[in-house]
Amino acid sequence: MAEPQRARPKPTPETQHFWDGTKAGELRLQRCDACAHVYFPPRPFCPSCASRKVSVFKASGKGFLYSYVINHRPAAPGFTPPYAIAVVELAEGPRMMSNIIDCAQTPEALELDMKLEVAFQELDDKITLPVFRQAKG
Amino acid sequence: MRKNQVAVVGAAETTELGVIPNASQLQLHADAALNAIADAGLKLSDIDGFATAVETPQQVCHYLGIKPTWVDGTSVGGCSFMLHVRHAAAAIEAGLCKTVLITHAESGKSMIGKQPRFTAPDSLNGQFEAPYGVYGPPSMFPIPVLRFMKTYGITHEQLAAVAVVQREWAAKNPRAMMKDPITVTDVLNSRMIAYPFRLLQCCLVTDGGGALILTSADRARDFPRKPVYIMGTGESVETPMVSQMETFNSSRAFKTAGPLAFKEAGIKHGDVDHLMIYDAFAHLPLFGLGDLGFMPYEETGKFIADGNTRPGAKLPLNTNGGGLSYMHSGMYGMYALQESVRQMRGIAPAQVPNAKISVCHGVGGMFAASGTIVFTNER
Repeated sequence: MAEPQRARPKPTPETQHFWDGTKAGELRLQRCDACAHVYFPPRPFCPSCASRKVSVFKASGKGFLYSYVINHRPAAPGFTPPYAIAVVELAEGPRMMSNIIDCAQTPEALELDMKLEVAFQELDDKITLPVFRQAKG
Repeated sequence: MRKNQVAVVGAAETTELGVIPNASQLQLHADAALNAIADAGLKLSDIDGFATAVETPQQVCHYLGIKPTWVDGTSVGGCSFMLHVRHAAAAIEAGLCKTVLITHAESGKSMIGKQPRFTAPDSLNGQFEAPYGVYGPPSMFPIPVLRFMKTYGITHEQLAAVAVVQREWAAKNPRAMMKDPITVTDVLNSRMIAYPFRLLQCCLVTDGGGALILTSADRARDFPRKPVYIMGTGESVETPMVSQMETFNSSRAFKTAGPLAFKEAGIKHGDVDHLMIYDAFAHLPLFGLGDLGFMPYEETGKFIADGNTRPGAKLPLNTNGGGLSYMHSGMYGMYALQESVRQMRGIAPAQVPNAKISVCHGVGGMFAASGTIVFTNER
């Protein structure tokens, strides 16, 4: 697999904590101190109530498969088709795009609502991507 | 906005549609603009307002030799032109300008003079979507479909029927790219692009353009073409990241823009004689029928599969053949608007008899944005 060409995220000051977290093996979300809203992607204020008092916390890493496509063509650089591009709904509420690993990339194997748990895929010494696999048990 | 105060008095597509290897994207803007100006019986110097997307207003105005006093460069994807119509109508009513030209063109197939789309690695899309292998609209736009299907019991066959019915319309349009009849089986046997969507459920990739000219309804009577009035308008945006939509069971942008336009026009769904719903992919007409309130989402797939939107049926939908069969240069909204105007003028190749109200609903950038225009030919 031509892994080196895969699109690499470049953190910004507002997202650095997220990428520091994945490198440390944590999926980090943010919660509003004022209204308790949990949100993603990262930003230093609450998109629900506009409070700037927000906290970063370690998420459970649990979620379920909300939807996906199995991309056949054109394939993104660094990917061998067919591969699934998934959206995971996290136990804390927010959704995020991801890939599902250790699973056949087929409609039969990828059942909507299947329980997932986070895993971490190191791309290089700077970036580790959160990905998901079927939850045990 | 007050209804029927502004009218379309000029409308044209580029001279050619499809594969145009002998013109740059900028020249396609000019070709569409000159055709629309001729259609309206105007001179370039009559244009004092200008709007376009992707290309900047300064780029196209300078190329054409237009000296505007009002410009709009709203660029929110393929429905930008619906938003331009709305903004232009407001500007004309406010007296900011008298005669607005809106252009779209895209060298989507030949890629001549077209900037490639680029996702910066430090953008939110670049950080939180691109690393997972999204690569162009086919890998992104259909991401909500499986959830939508599960929630509402929509079948693969129903989503295939969207392409089949639109091909029936395309067969009546000499300028449509794809005119040969297809069946549900053909659709489900076409090559896989991004499961659950196959080739025939994805839009074409073509070259072309279109332009509209708007002016006040009072002035419109003096123009050579039958005026097409702007009866109602709506717009909204949601998110540039398809993964961050509030839900995959509907589009918030659709649900905002559509009802705004209906309310402004003062119409009910039964009043709609002709409907365009931007169909970059086969699920969009289902979202549109549900989000605009035509029927419960559960019924949308069956409604189309049962033939209710085909030629001669009760709700003529995407009567040019749509982005799936007519043309799709990348930003299809202009072509949907052109078909609504043709239907209201009574000159469409697949004309809906006695159509008086046309609803034209657009989407931009993977459900990022939406614009809805209600047209009428009666003031």
